[in-house]
Amino acid sequence: MSFIEFVIRHQREIIHLTEEHLILVGLSMSIALLVGIPLGILITRQPRWRKPVLGFANVVQTIPSLALFGFLIPIPFVGGIGARTAIVALTLYALLPIIRNTYAGIMSVDPAVRQAGLGMGMTDRQLLFQVELPLALGVILAGVRVATVISVGVATIAAAIGAGGLGVFIFRGVAMVDNQLILAGALPAALLALVIDFTLGWIERHLTPRTEARREMA
Amino acid sequence: MAEENRAAVEFHDVTYRLNDRPLVSHLTFHVRRGEILVLLGRSGSGKTTTLKLINRLLAPTEGEVRVEGTATVDWDPIRLRRRIGYVIQEVGLFPHFTVERNVGLVPTLEGWEPERVRDRVHRLLRLVGLPPEQFAHRYPHELSGGQRQRVGVARALAADPPLLLMDEPFGALDPLTRVEMQREFHEWQQRLGKTVVFVTHDIQEALFLASRIGLMDEGRLVELGTPTEFLRSSRPEARAFIQCLRAVPSDDRLSEEKLS
Repeated sequence: MSFIEFVIRHQREIIHLTEEHLILVGLSMSIALLVGIPLGILITRQPRWRKPVLGFANVVQTIPSLALFGFLIPIPFVGGIGARTAIVALTLYALLPIIRNTYAGIMSVDPAVRQAGLGMGMTDRQLLFQVELPLALGVILAGVRVATVISVGVATIAAAIGAGGLGVFIFRGVAMVDNQLILAGALPAALLALVIDFTLGWIERHLTPRTEARREMA
Repeated sequence: MAEENRAAVEFHDVTYRLNDRPLVSHLTFHVRRGEILVLLGRSGSGKTTTLKLINRLLAPTEGEVRVEGTATVDWDPIRLRRRIGYVIQEVGLFPHFTVERNVGLVPTLEGWEPERVRDRVHRLLRLVGLPPEQFAHRYPHELSGGQRQRVGVARALAADPPLLLMDEPFGALDPLTRVEMQREFHEWQQRLGKTVVFVTHDIQEALFLASRIGLMDEGRLVELGTPTEFLRSSRPEARAFIQCLRAVPSDDRLSEEKLS
Protein backbone atom coordinates (compact mmCIF):
# COMPACT_ATOMS: atom_id res chain seq x y z
CA MET A 1 0.00 0.00 0.00
CA SER A 2 1.52 3.35 -1.04
CA PHE A 3 1.66 6.34 1.28
CA ILE A 4 -0.85 8.20 -0.89
CA GLU A 5 -3.37 5.39 -0.55
CA PHE A 6 -2.70 5.32 3.17
CA VAL A 7 -3.41 9.04 3.44
CA ILE A 8 -6.60 8.77 1.43
CA ARG A 9 -7.79 5.84 3.54
CA HIS A 10 -7.05 7.69 6.77
CA GLN A 11 -7.94 11.19 5.65
CA ARG A 12 -10.75 11.65 8.14
CA GLU A 13 -8.54 10.69 11.04
CA ILE A 14 -5.71 12.90 9.73
CA ILE A 15 -8.04 15.88 9.49
CA HIS A 16 -9.44 15.20 12.93
CA LEU A 17 -5.99 14.94 14.53
CA THR A 18 -4.80 18.06 12.68
CA GLU A 19 -7.76 19.93 14.14
CA GLU A 20 -6.88 18.71 17.62
CA HIS A 21 -3.32 19.76 17.00
CA LEU A 22 -4.38 23.23 15.92
CA ILE A 23 -6.59 23.60 18.97
CA LEU A 24 -3.73 22.64 21.29
CA VAL A 25 -1.40 25.14 19.62
CA GLY A 26 -4.03 27.84 19.22
CA LEU A 27 -5.22 27.76 22.81
CA SER A 28 -1.77 27.57 24.35
CA MET A 29 -0.45 30.37 22.12
CA SER A 30 -3.41 32.59 22.98
CA ILE A 31 -2.78 32.14 26.69
CA ALA A 32 0.96 32.61 26.22
CA LEU A 33 0.35 35.89 24.37
CA LEU A 34 -2.06 37.14 27.03
CA VAL A 35 0.47 36.37 29.76
CA GLY A 36 3.76 36.87 27.94
CA ILE A 37 3.27 40.29 26.34
CA PRO A 38 2.13 41.98 29.57
CA LEU A 39 5.02 40.30 31.42
CA GLY A 40 7.45 41.53 28.76
CA ILE A 41 6.06 45.06 29.16
CA LEU A 42 6.16 44.78 32.96
CA ILE A 43 9.87 44.06 33.02
CA THR A 44 10.60 47.14 30.90
CA ARG A 45 8.85 49.19 33.62
CA GLN A 46 10.04 47.32 36.71
CA PRO A 47 13.67 46.37 36.15
CA ARG A 48 13.84 44.37 39.39
CA TRP A 49 11.29 41.89 37.98
CA ARG A 50 13.43 41.30 34.91
CA LYS A 51 15.72 38.62 36.35
CA PRO A 52 13.09 36.47 38.05
CA VAL A 53 10.68 36.60 35.10
CA LEU A 54 13.25 35.88 32.38
CA GLY A 55 14.93 33.38 34.69
CA PHE A 56 11.71 31.44 35.18
CA ALA A 57 10.91 31.39 31.46
CA ASN A 58 14.46 30.31 30.73
CA VAL A 59 14.37 27.44 33.20
CA VAL A 60 11.06 26.19 31.80
CA GLN A 61 12.59 26.22 28.33
CA THR A 62 15.44 23.97 29.45
CA ILE A 63 13.16 21.20 30.78
CA PRO A 64 12.84 18.44 28.15
CA SER A 65 9.30 18.55 26.82
CA LEU A 66 8.44 14.95 27.63
CA ALA A 67 9.63 15.50 31.20
CA LEU A 68 7.58 18.69 31.54
CA PHE A 69 4.44 16.84 30.45
CA GLY A 70 5.30 14.14 32.98
CA PHE A 71 5.92 16.62 35.80
CA LEU A 72 2.56 18.29 35.24
CA ILE A 73 0.43 15.13 35.38
CA PRO A 74 0.32 14.79 39.20
CA ILE A 75 -0.28 18.52 39.82
CA PRO A 76 -3.92 19.25 40.78
CA PHE A 77 -6.03 21.59 38.60
CA VAL A 78 -3.43 22.10 35.86
CA GLY A 79 -2.33 18.48 35.58
CA GLY A 80 -3.85 15.11 34.84
CA ILE A 81 -4.12 13.09 31.67
CA GLY A 82 -5.36 14.93 28.59
CA ALA A 83 -5.41 18.16 26.65
CA ARG A 84 -5.47 20.48 29.65
CA THR A 85 -2.03 19.42 30.84
CA ALA A 86 -0.69 19.66 27.31
CA ILE A 87 -2.00 23.21 26.94
CA VAL A 88 -0.36 24.25 30.21
CA ALA A 89 2.97 22.79 29.12
CA LEU A 90 2.80 24.32 25.63
CA THR A 91 1.92 27.70 27.15
CA LEU A 92 4.94 27.53 29.43
CA TYR A 93 7.17 26.69 26.47
CA ALA A 94 5.89 29.58 24.39
CA LEU A 95 6.47 32.14 27.13
CA LEU A 96 10.21 32.66 26.78
CA PRO A 97 10.37 33.82 23.15
CA ILE A 98 7.35 36.04 23.67
CA ILE A 99 8.50 37.68 26.90
CA ARG A 100 12.06 38.05 25.71
CA ASN A 101 11.14 39.58 22.36
CA THR A 102 8.57 41.93 23.87
CA TYR A 103 11.22 43.15 26.29
CA ALA A 104 13.97 43.35 23.66
CA GLY A 105 11.69 45.07 21.16
CA ILE A 106 10.68 47.80 23.58
CA MET A 107 14.20 48.28 24.90
CA SER A 108 15.51 48.67 21.35
CA VAL A 109 13.43 51.81 20.81
CA ASP A 110 15.81 54.76 20.39
CA PRO A 111 16.22 56.42 23.83
CA ALA A 112 16.01 59.83 22.13
CA VAL A 113 12.54 58.94 20.89
CA ARG A 114 11.43 57.98 24.39
CA GLN A 115 13.07 61.09 25.85
CA ALA A 116 11.30 63.31 23.31
CA GLY A 117 7.97 61.63 24.00
CA LEU A 118 8.29 62.05 27.75
CA GLY A 119 9.57 65.60 27.40
CA MET A 120 6.55 66.57 25.37
CA GLY A 121 4.22 65.33 28.06
CA MET A 122 3.15 61.88 26.90
CA THR A 123 1.94 59.66 29.69
CA ASP A 124 3.60 56.29 30.13
CA ARG A 125 0.54 54.62 28.62
CA GLN A 126 0.57 56.89 25.56
CA LEU A 127 4.26 56.30 25.11
CA LEU A 128 3.73 52.54 25.34
CA PHE A 129 0.78 52.23 22.97
CA GLN A 130 1.61 54.97 20.46
CA VAL A 131 5.37 54.63 20.31
CA GLU A 132 7.01 51.67 22.00
CA LEU A 133 4.65 48.85 21.04
CA PRO A 134 4.27 49.93 17.38
CA LEU A 135 8.03 50.23 17.04
CA ALA A 136 8.62 46.91 18.84
CA LEU A 137 5.92 45.10 16.86
CA GLY A 138 8.30 43.52 14.36
CA VAL A 139 10.47 42.02 17.07
CA ILE A 140 7.47 40.87 19.11
CA LEU A 141 5.91 39.16 16.08
CA ALA A 142 9.21 37.45 15.33
CA GLY A 143 9.06 36.00 18.86
CA VAL A 144 5.46 34.89 18.40
CA ARG A 145 6.46 33.20 15.16
CA VAL A 146 9.30 31.28 16.78
CA ALA A 147 7.06 30.30 19.72
CA THR A 148 4.28 29.05 17.43
CA VAL A 149 6.56 26.97 15.25
CA ILE A 150 8.20 25.40 18.33
CA SER A 151 4.77 24.80 19.75
CA VAL A 152 3.58 22.90 16.65
CA GLY A 153 6.55 20.57 17.06
CA VAL A 154 6.29 20.09 20.81
CA ALA A 155 2.53 19.50 20.56
CA THR A 156 3.23 16.17 18.81
CA ILE A 157 4.64 14.93 22.12
CA ALA A 158 1.38 15.80 23.88
CA ALA A 159 -0.04 12.58 22.49
CA ALA A 160 2.12 10.78 25.05
CA ILE A 161 -0.15 12.05 27.84
CA GLY A 162 -3.35 11.44 25.92
CA ALA A 163 -3.87 14.95 24.64
CA GLY A 164 -4.42 13.88 21.03
CA GLY A 165 -3.08 15.73 18.02
CA LEU A 166 -0.84 14.53 15.21
CA GLY A 167 1.50 12.94 17.72
CA VAL A 168 -1.02 10.10 18.00
CA PHE A 169 0.08 8.81 14.57
CA ILE A 170 3.72 9.25 15.42
CA PHE A 171 3.57 7.35 18.70
CA ARG A 172 1.44 4.63 17.13
CA GLY A 173 3.91 4.39 14.23
CA VAL A 174 6.87 4.15 16.58
CA ALA A 175 5.17 1.43 18.60
CA MET A 176 4.23 -0.54 15.49
CA VAL A 177 7.51 0.20 13.65
CA ASP A 178 5.39 1.59 10.81
CA ASN A 179 7.03 4.43 8.90
CA GLN A 180 3.88 5.33 7.02
CA LEU A 181 2.08 5.96 10.30
CA ILE A 182 4.94 8.10 11.56
CA LEU A 183 4.93 10.09 8.31
CA ALA A 184 1.17 10.52 8.49
CA GLY A 185 1.72 12.44 11.73
CA ALA A 186 5.03 14.10 10.95
CA LEU A 187 4.24 15.43 7.48
CA PRO A 188 1.05 17.32 8.38
CA ALA A 189 2.83 18.68 11.50
CA ALA A 190 5.73 19.92 9.39
CA LEU A 191 3.36 21.41 6.82
CA LEU A 192 1.42 23.10 9.59
CA ALA A 193 4.61 24.63 10.96
CA LEU A 194 5.62 25.89 7.51
CA VAL A 195 2.22 27.41 6.76
CA ILE A 196 2.11 29.14 10.15
CA ASP A 197 5.67 30.37 9.76
CA PHE A 198 4.91 31.79 6.33
CA THR A 199 1.64 33.41 7.42
CA LEU A 200 3.09 35.04 10.52
CA GLY A 201 6.10 36.17 8.48
CA TRP A 202 3.74 37.84 6.03
CA ILE A 203 1.81 39.53 8.83
CA GLU A 204 5.08 40.64 10.38
CA ARG A 205 6.20 42.31 7.17
CA HIS A 206 2.89 44.05 6.61
CA LEU A 207 2.28 45.30 10.14
CA THR A 208 5.75 46.57 10.89
CA PRO A 209 5.91 50.35 10.50
CA ARG A 210 8.07 51.73 7.74
CA THR A 211 11.20 53.00 9.40
CA GLU A 212 14.81 53.15 8.48
CA ALA A 213 15.65 50.78 11.30
CA ARG A 214 13.51 48.05 9.82
CA ARG A 215 15.07 48.37 6.42
CA GLU A 216 18.46 47.89 7.92
CA MET A 217 17.29 44.78 9.74
CA ALA A 218 15.72 43.27 6.64
CA MET B 1 0.28 92.52 36.90
CA ALA B 2 2.26 90.10 39.02
CA GLU B 3 1.79 87.62 36.21
CA GLU B 4 3.68 89.90 33.82
CA ASN B 5 6.56 90.60 36.15
CA ARG B 6 7.15 87.10 37.33
CA ALA B 7 10.12 85.34 35.81
CA ALA B 8 9.25 82.47 33.47
CA VAL B 9 11.54 80.11 35.38
CA GLU B 10 13.22 80.53 38.75
CA PHE B 11 15.91 78.40 40.33
CA HIS B 12 16.23 78.75 44.09
CA ASP B 13 19.39 77.15 45.45
CA VAL B 14 18.84 73.99 43.42
CA THR B 15 21.04 70.94 43.84
CA TYR B 16 20.51 67.66 42.03
CA ARG B 17 22.39 64.57 43.12
CA LEU B 18 22.61 61.23 41.41
CA ASN B 19 23.94 58.48 43.69
CA ASP B 20 25.27 61.14 46.07
CA ARG B 21 27.25 62.81 43.30
CA PRO B 22 26.01 66.35 42.65
CA LEU B 23 25.36 66.98 38.95
CA VAL B 24 24.35 70.57 39.62
CA SER B 25 24.84 72.47 42.87
CA HIS B 26 23.27 75.58 44.38
CA LEU B 27 21.84 76.98 41.19
CA THR B 28 20.07 80.28 41.71
CA PHE B 29 18.94 82.30 38.70
CA HIS B 30 15.87 83.56 36.86
CA VAL B 31 14.87 83.23 33.25
CA ARG B 32 13.13 86.39 32.09
CA ARG B 33 10.09 86.32 29.88
CA GLY B 34 10.90 86.54 26.18
CA GLU B 35 14.66 86.17 26.55
CA ILE B 36 17.01 83.55 25.15
CA LEU B 37 19.06 82.38 28.08
CA VAL B 38 21.97 80.34 26.80
CA LEU B 39 23.58 77.90 29.19
CA LEU B 40 27.14 77.53 28.00
CA GLY B 41 29.59 74.98 29.31
CA ARG B 42 31.70 71.98 28.44
CA SER B 43 30.31 68.45 28.36
CA GLY B 44 29.36 67.25 31.84
CA SER B 45 29.03 70.74 33.30
CA GLY B 46 25.37 70.17 34.19
CA LYS B 47 23.64 72.05 31.36
CA THR B 48 21.36 69.23 30.29
CA THR B 49 20.56 68.37 33.91
CA THR B 50 19.52 71.99 34.43
CA LEU B 51 17.14 71.80 31.47
CA LYS B 52 15.62 68.55 32.68
CA LEU B 53 14.98 70.13 36.06
CA ILE B 54 12.75 72.69 34.31
CA ASN B 55 10.39 70.21 32.61
CA ARG B 56 10.66 67.86 35.57
CA LEU B 57 12.29 65.00 33.76
CA LEU B 58 14.31 65.40 36.97
CA ALA B 59 13.20 66.74 40.34
CA PRO B 60 15.63 68.74 42.49
CA THR B 61 17.26 66.95 45.42
CA GLU B 62 17.41 70.27 47.25
CA GLY B 63 15.96 73.68 46.55
CA GLU B 64 13.14 74.55 44.22
CA VAL B 65 12.58 75.15 40.53
CA ARG B 66 9.56 77.30 39.72
CA VAL B 67 7.86 77.55 36.38
CA GLU B 68 5.38 80.40 36.12
CA GLY B 69 5.62 80.83 39.86
CA THR B 70 4.73 77.24 40.78
CA ALA B 71 7.31 74.71 41.95
CA THR B 72 7.80 71.96 39.36
CA VAL B 73 7.08 69.32 41.98
CA ASP B 74 3.64 70.88 42.51
CA TRP B 75 2.83 70.79 38.80
CA ASP B 76 1.17 67.80 37.22
CA PRO B 77 4.24 66.73 35.19
CA ILE B 78 2.16 66.00 32.09
CA ARG B 79 0.49 69.44 32.16
CA LEU B 80 3.83 71.10 32.81
CA ARG B 81 5.59 69.38 29.90
CA ARG B 82 2.82 70.11 27.45
CA ARG B 83 3.32 73.81 28.19
CA ILE B 84 7.03 73.55 27.47
CA GLY B 85 8.52 72.91 24.04
CA TYR B 86 11.47 70.52 24.13
CA VAL B 87 14.07 70.12 21.41
CA ILE B 88 17.02 67.74 21.74
CA GLN B 89 20.10 67.21 19.63
CA GLU B 90 19.07 63.73 18.48
CA VAL B 91 15.65 65.25 17.62
CA GLY B 92 13.83 62.06 18.63
CA LEU B 93 11.19 62.17 15.90
CA PHE B 94 8.87 59.16 15.95
CA PRO B 95 10.15 57.06 13.04
CA HIS B 96 6.74 55.49 12.38
CA PHE B 97 4.89 58.83 12.23
CA THR B 98 4.81 61.11 9.19
CA VAL B 99 6.17 64.65 9.56
CA GLU B 100 2.60 65.87 9.93
CA ARG B 101 1.78 63.47 12.78
CA ASN B 102 5.08 64.19 14.49
CA VAL B 103 4.49 67.91 14.50
CA GLY B 104 0.84 67.50 15.48
CA LEU B 105 1.64 65.22 18.42
CA VAL B 106 1.04 67.52 21.38
CA PRO B 107 -2.05 69.24 19.90
CA THR B 108 -3.48 65.77 19.21
CA LEU B 109 -2.72 64.63 22.76
CA GLU B 110 -4.41 67.82 23.93
CA GLY B 111 -7.52 66.76 22.02
CA TRP B 112 -7.62 69.43 19.33
CA GLU B 113 -9.95 68.90 16.35
CA PRO B 114 -8.07 67.11 13.52
CA GLU B 115 -8.82 70.02 11.18
CA ARG B 116 -7.30 72.52 13.61
CA VAL B 117 -4.24 70.30 14.18
CA ARG B 118 -3.71 70.11 10.43
CA ASP B 119 -3.94 73.88 9.98
CA ARG B 120 -1.53 74.45 12.80
CA VAL B 121 0.94 71.85 11.54
CA HIS B 122 0.93 73.28 8.03
CA ARG B 123 1.44 76.80 9.33
CA LEU B 124 4.41 75.64 11.43
CA LEU B 125 5.96 73.66 8.60
CA ARG B 126 5.83 76.80 6.47
CA LEU B 127 7.40 78.77 9.32
CA VAL B 128 10.36 76.40 9.54
CA GLY B 129 10.80 76.41 5.77
CA LEU B 130 9.38 72.99 4.91
CA PRO B 131 6.50 73.41 2.42
CA PRO B 132 3.75 71.09 3.74
CA GLU B 133 2.72 69.96 0.24
CA GLN B 134 6.18 68.50 -0.09
CA PHE B 135 6.99 67.40 3.45
CA ALA B 136 3.83 66.68 5.45
CA HIS B 137 3.59 63.06 4.37
CA ARG B 138 7.24 62.13 4.48
CA TYR B 139 8.73 59.93 7.17
CA PRO B 140 11.70 61.09 9.27
CA HIS B 141 14.11 58.74 7.50
CA GLU B 142 13.33 60.53 4.25
CA LEU B 143 14.68 63.84 5.60
CA SER B 144 18.15 65.32 5.91
CA GLY B 145 19.60 66.13 9.33
CA GLY B 146 18.75 69.81 9.00
CA GLN B 147 15.20 69.08 7.85
CA ARG B 148 14.72 66.70 10.77
CA GLN B 149 15.78 69.36 13.23
CA ARG B 150 13.38 71.83 11.58
CA VAL B 151 10.61 69.30 12.16
CA GLY B 152 11.84 68.97 15.75
CA VAL B 153 11.51 72.73 16.27
CA ALA B 154 8.09 72.80 14.62
CA ARG B 155 6.95 69.96 16.87
CA ALA B 156 8.13 71.82 19.96
CA LEU B 157 6.20 74.92 18.88
CA ALA B 158 3.04 73.01 17.95
CA ALA B 159 0.89 73.68 21.00
CA ASP B 160 2.22 77.25 21.20
CA PRO B 161 4.07 76.78 24.50
CA PRO B 162 5.32 79.99 26.14
CA LEU B 163 8.63 78.34 27.02
CA LEU B 164 11.09 76.38 24.87
CA LEU B 165 13.93 74.19 26.14
CA MET B 166 16.58 73.42 23.57
CA ASP B 167 19.39 71.00 24.26
CA GLU B 168 22.16 71.52 21.69
CA PRO B 169 19.56 71.44 18.95
CA PHE B 170 21.97 72.31 16.17
CA GLY B 171 24.97 70.39 17.52
CA ALA B 172 24.77 67.49 15.07
CA LEU B 173 24.38 69.62 11.95
CA ASP B 174 27.09 70.51 9.48
CA PRO B 175 28.54 74.01 10.09
CA LEU B 176 26.74 75.70 7.19
CA THR B 177 23.34 74.23 8.06
CA ARG B 178 23.99 75.09 11.69
CA VAL B 179 24.58 78.78 10.97
CA GLU B 180 21.52 78.85 8.73
CA MET B 181 19.38 77.29 11.47
CA GLN B 182 20.76 79.68 14.10
CA ARG B 183 19.88 82.69 11.96
CA GLU B 184 16.39 81.43 11.22
CA PHE B 185 15.77 80.36 14.78
CA HIS B 186 16.78 83.81 16.00
CA GLU B 187 14.26 85.31 13.62
CA TRP B 188 11.42 82.95 14.68
CA GLN B 189 12.12 83.67 18.30
CA GLN B 190 12.00 87.44 17.73
CA ARG B 191 8.73 87.04 15.87
CA LEU B 192 7.06 84.66 18.35
CA GLY B 193 8.47 86.16 21.54
CA LYS B 194 9.01 82.80 23.24
CA THR B 195 11.10 82.41 26.35
CA VAL B 196 13.98 80.09 25.48
CA VAL B 197 16.52 78.24 27.57
CA PHE B 198 19.18 77.05 25.16
CA VAL B 199 22.04 74.70 25.98
CA THR B 200 25.24 74.68 23.95
CA HIS B 201 28.99 74.26 24.20
CA ASP B 202 29.54 76.47 21.18
CA ILE B 203 30.63 79.95 22.23
CA GLN B 204 29.85 81.45 18.81
CA GLU B 205 26.32 80.07 18.94
CA ALA B 206 25.94 81.45 22.47
CA LEU B 207 27.14 84.93 21.49
CA PHE B 208 24.92 85.00 18.43
CA LEU B 209 21.67 83.85 20.05
CA ALA B 210 21.80 84.84 23.70
CA SER B 211 20.04 87.65 25.50
CA ARG B 212 22.11 86.45 28.42
CA ILE B 213 24.74 83.77 28.76
CA GLY B 214 24.95 81.58 31.83
CA LEU B 215 28.31 79.88 32.07
CA MET B 216 28.29 76.49 33.78
CA ASP B 217 31.27 74.68 35.16
CA GLU B 218 31.23 71.47 37.21
CA GLY B 219 27.57 71.82 38.07
CA ARG B 220 27.75 75.47 39.08
CA LEU B 221 26.61 78.62 37.40
CA VAL B 222 29.80 80.68 37.48
CA GLU B 223 28.81 83.65 35.37
CA LEU B 224 25.55 85.16 34.15
CA GLY B 225 25.31 88.22 31.93
CA THR B 226 24.78 89.65 28.47
CA PRO B 227 27.14 88.59 25.68
CA THR B 228 28.99 91.91 26.03
CA GLU B 229 29.45 91.39 29.75
CA PHE B 230 30.55 87.83 29.06
CA LEU B 231 33.25 88.95 26.65
CA ARG B 232 34.59 91.33 29.31
CA SER B 233 34.58 88.69 32.03
CA SER B 234 37.88 87.99 33.69
CA ARG B 235 36.89 84.58 35.06
CA PRO B 236 39.25 81.85 33.84
CA GLU B 237 36.33 79.58 32.79
CA ALA B 238 34.95 82.39 30.65
CA ARG B 239 38.36 83.33 29.27
CA ALA B 240 38.88 79.71 28.23
CA PHE B 241 35.75 79.87 26.08
CA ILE B 242 36.65 83.26 24.67
CA GLN B 243 40.02 81.82 23.64
CA CYS B 244 38.12 79.42 21.35
CA LEU B 245 37.01 82.41 19.31
CA ARG B 246 40.64 83.13 18.52
CA ALA B 247 41.41 79.55 17.52
CA VAL B 248 41.05 80.47 13.85
CA PRO B 249 44.56 81.05 12.45
CA SER B 250 45.02 84.76 11.86
CA ASP B 251 46.40 86.20 8.64
CA ASP B 252 49.73 86.74 10.36
CA ARG B 253 50.12 83.13 11.24
CA LEU B 254 49.13 81.94 7.82
CA SER B 255 51.74 84.17 6.19
CA GLU B 256 54.32 83.10 8.78
CA GLU B 257 53.71 79.49 7.86
CA LYS B 258 54.18 80.30 4.21
CA LEU B 259 57.52 81.95 4.94
CA SER B 260 58.94 79.15 7.00
